[in-house]
Amino acid sequence: MPTIHYTDAAGSTIDINANVGDSVMETAVRNGVPGIVAECGGSLSCATCHVFVREDEVDQLPEMSEMEDEMLYGTTEDRRDNSRLSCQIKVTEGMDLHVTTPETQV
Amino acid sequence: MSTPTTERAETGLLIIGASQAGVQLAVSLRGTGFDEHITLLGEEDHRPYQRPALSKEFLQDKVDKENLIFRSQEYWDEHDIELVKGARIERIEKNAPGGDADGSPDGSGVAIATDGTRYPFRRLALAVGARARRLQIEGAELDGVVYLRSADDALDLKARLGDVQDAVVVGGGFIGLEAACSLHGMGKNVAVMEYGPRLVGRAVGEDTSEYFLQAHRGRGIDIRLGARMKRFVEGTGERAGKVAGVELEDGTVVDAQLVLVGIGVVPNTELAEQMGLAVDNGIVVDRHAVASDGTTVAVGDVANMPNPLPGAPEGERIRLESVNNAIEHAKIAAYSLTGRQEEYAGIPWFWSNQADLKLQIAGLTLGYDSTVVRRDDAKGKFSVLYYREGQVIAADCVNAPLDFMAVRNALGKGQNIPAEAAADPAAPLKSLVVDRHVQEVSA
Repeated sequence: MPTIHYTDAAGSTIDINANVGDSVMETAVRNGVPGIVAECGGSLSCATCHVFVREDEVDQLPEMSEMEDEMLYGTTEDRRDNSRLSCQIKVTEGMDLHVTTPETQV
Repeated sequence: MSTPTTERAETGLLIIGASQAGVQLAVSLRGTGFDEHITLLGEEDHRPYQRPALSKEFLQDKVDKENLIFRSQEYWDEHDIELVKGARIERIEKNAPGGDADGSPDGSGVAIATDGTRYPFRRLALAVGARARRLQIEGAELDGVVYLRSADDALDLKARLGDVQDAVVVGGGFIGLEAACSLHGMGKNVAVMEYGPRLVGRAVGEDTSEYFLQAHRGRGIDIRLGARMKRFVEGTGERAGKVAGVELEDGTVVDAQLVLVGIGVVPNTELAEQMGLAVDNGIVVDRHAVASDGTTVAVGDVANMPNPLPGAPEGERIRLESVNNAIEHAKIAAYSLTGRQEEYAGIPWFWSNQADLKLQIAGLTLGYDSTVVRRDDAKGKFSVLYYREGQVIAADCVNAPLDFMAVRNALGKGQNIPAEAAADPAAPLKSLVVDRHVQEVSA
């Protein structure tokens, strides 16, 4: 089963078994992972599901859309090169992804 | 006469309404250290779910029901939050003032469901939301005249679509236009009947209305402004009892095997009225989401609250229908229930996705006196900034998330984006932000 590892800003990690086809945001929210707010439920409107993807895993993900790219300029904690909106990352077969959540989303 | 009743064990907090606000209240309480048992009770026969996609991705079969579920069952179990589905509360009895030293009511009581089940509680939260406003018109009872508020509404609507070639949407607001775009995208002929002179008149300014009008007409949706409907026409033969069209006052008939009515909502205030709470376009609450009895909290769409925007006139009240408000208001209530008085955080914001148009609204346009339009047709971007006495107070942004984010952040920090500079669509708004007091000094 695909696994997503969520590390919060303080450094503690929660590992969640994820369903293929769900987003990394949905997986977090449904299981109550703190640090991901996702007000808009994944419609790419709020930029409150910001995560930092582990550097060596960034290139394994499909490229982001222009809309996601623009939304990332509005996140509460400033974007970095490995920033993504977790609602736009779909869980795939065999995925083993490490993300860190920012200190604050809003 | 008496029927056998079931008495549930007393809960620490009974939340009536397993809605966005109800769910957030339960979740936030666990984050603020509230450790009593919580019962989250809803009248629908579904696990708590998110509504926004019902008119969009869910209607178009792009997501399924499982994607709309807020939390897994494990989450609720682990957090001692008990879900009760399919239960409708018809009466609340508050306990008489008792144990407290000052003799004031402590907020406890019992809620009685339509099936007779009694739910005793120590504290009560009303997250009962709003229901679709019904249209009074000849033929409104015909089969095929539908509303869209709940998952059951959406499931019913989806089940009908196979027989539908022509649809009429009554109401050119968010729900109506989102649904119109969904239906049009699924190959239906769609006409929108808007009574008013422009689209989304309650939520956006004239420039944005016009932009949406042109875009939706351009894609082939037949939008009628100032539409005056006379009646819904019944079919004949096999279609007897079913809607077949909409007759306008001028006698023309628009074919429709489906009429979707989206003309706003009515807050569900009946329980509050029965409890004797102050009600005025929603349940009247103070800055901390507490109703007039001093103990019951009311949150989300159903609550009429003081305008939370910094600098809003004293005494100005507002009832907001949005996901963002349901979340922020529930957080305030969670603090209230744990003895903390916190102010509403953040700037109200809204969104509406209509086909290829992604509208994001930051702030409230209440009281604006001027606007600045930023339009870049080559990139398909369009924004309107709203100003009151030179200070930006809100923005409608279509496919322009950078503008939206810039305005939302500036409002959140009490900053301004001077109107003259903002008029240049090539200038990034983020680069134009100035502190409010600097703006006043230079003016």
